[in-house]
Amino acid sequence: MTQPLDILVETPSQTAGPYVHIGCIPTFAGVEGVYPEDLGLSPIEDGAKGEVITIVGSIYDGTGWAMRDAMFESWQADAAGVYQGQDGADPKVSGFCRFAADKDTGEYTLRTIKPGAVKGRNGQVFAPHISIWIVARGINIGLNTRIYFDDEDNSADPLLARIEQRPRVDTLIAKKTGDGTYRFDIRLQGEGETVFLDL
Amino acid sequence: MTDTAALMPRRREVHPDPYYTDYKTSITRSPYLPLLSMESTPSEETGPRFGHNMLGALDNNLISNYTQGKALAVGERIRVHGRVLDEMGRPVPHTLVEIWQANAGGRYRHIKDTYFAPLDPNFGGCGRTITDENGYYEFMTIRPGAYPWPNRANDWRPMHIHFSIFGHAFGQRLISQMYFQGDPLIDLCPIAATVRDRSQLDRLVAPLDMQNSRGMDYLAYKFDIVLRGRRQTMFENKPEGM
Ligand SMILES: [Fe+3]
Repeated sequence: MTQPLDILVETPSQTAGPYVHIGCIPTFAGVEGVYPEDLGLSPIEDGAKGEVITIVGSIYDGTGWAMRDAMFESWQADAAGVYQGQDGADPKVSGFCRFAADKDTGEYTLRTIKPGAVKGRNGQVFAPHISIWIVARGINIGLNTRIYFDDEDNSADPLLARIEQRPRVDTLIAKKTGDGTYRFDIRLQGEGETVFLDL
Repeated sequence: MTDTAALMPRRREVHPDPYYTDYKTSITRSPYLPLLSMESTPSEETGPRFGHNMLGALDNNLISNYTQGKALAVGERIRVHGRVLDEMGRPVPHTLVEIWQANAGGRYRHIKDTYFAPLDPNFGGCGRTITDENGYYEFMTIRPGAYPWPNRANDWRPMHIHFSIFGHAFGQRLISQMYFQGDPLIDLCPIAATVRDRSQLDRLVAPLDMQNSRGMDYLAYKFDIVLRGRRQTMFENKPEGM
């Protein structure tokens, strides 16, 4: 026998189901009047430092169908690479956004500012990126991924460097489509499957 | 500042199988390839914080928040309460907890819910609160009805309340469901069964808590939630001044 480790275990996840919008973005879901407005409508306020960008994309299931019911959350640093809550963070950048796939087209839109590179432990520097968390009916535990940018230098990013199959790196990189606009599609399964993260 | 330490890795074996054939939608919505694992970084160790000042007085009362107190929802009145802890057993204070659920007849207020149980004009189905300094939260609501859903020919969801919890780090983000003690539909539900270890599924079943019930008013159910913890580190990320 040994002493017990005395560590609890995380509560198991369950799917967010088809009606996650009622709980997280009720006004969007048509449940109006409970809250003044939905949480996380924008990750930035007027006056946020940095380049304002718009990212558009879809999330595809294993059959290639753009899912209409997914909900996303994003979390990012400000233009200087500082997260809200850390010293010196831009007060106009909450860094958090909730958004959903359009119920008719399946397309999502995220309007934000381009984050700066983020310093990690032991001198690590992560290229500018936005963390994404995805929930939907049929997803039993939320999926984490990241959006990087094809007009940034991603060559030394420690996370991208861990992807053995180099072509899969592209699944995490948003493609510039115009001035301040990017496209980032997510593929849940099969051909071109997005790299999902456990960290 | 223990808040900057790395998150403990998720123990995936306690979580549902992403791919579970009896839950048909999961078949095309689960990655085939392994997740990319590494130690957490500031992107996962930081996270959004929400203040108590964003809450309305009725936000954690689903019996009356849809009508802003003008009329009460139909159903068996219940109080759902508990604590949010981390894996080290420490309370998680000041964190946002959101819930959503069907009405007493098993119907959601949602354009896609076409079950013929009636909508309750006094019930919206969402609520939120923020844990206190001890990680404690509570809601007043009505017991949600079980409902049928299109999966296999005759599948029913047990009575359940959906929970969304933030913690203090984006890497702690969790959505789960609370079930009710004694509901025979739990054993028949393919979504509950995605949690393959029965002892882990049992942790999603809230016991009836008569001690915290109130006569002639409501029954109570106790539901504690555990979020990922942070590694204890003496040798890296030394606290300021050490
Ligand atoms: Fe449900």
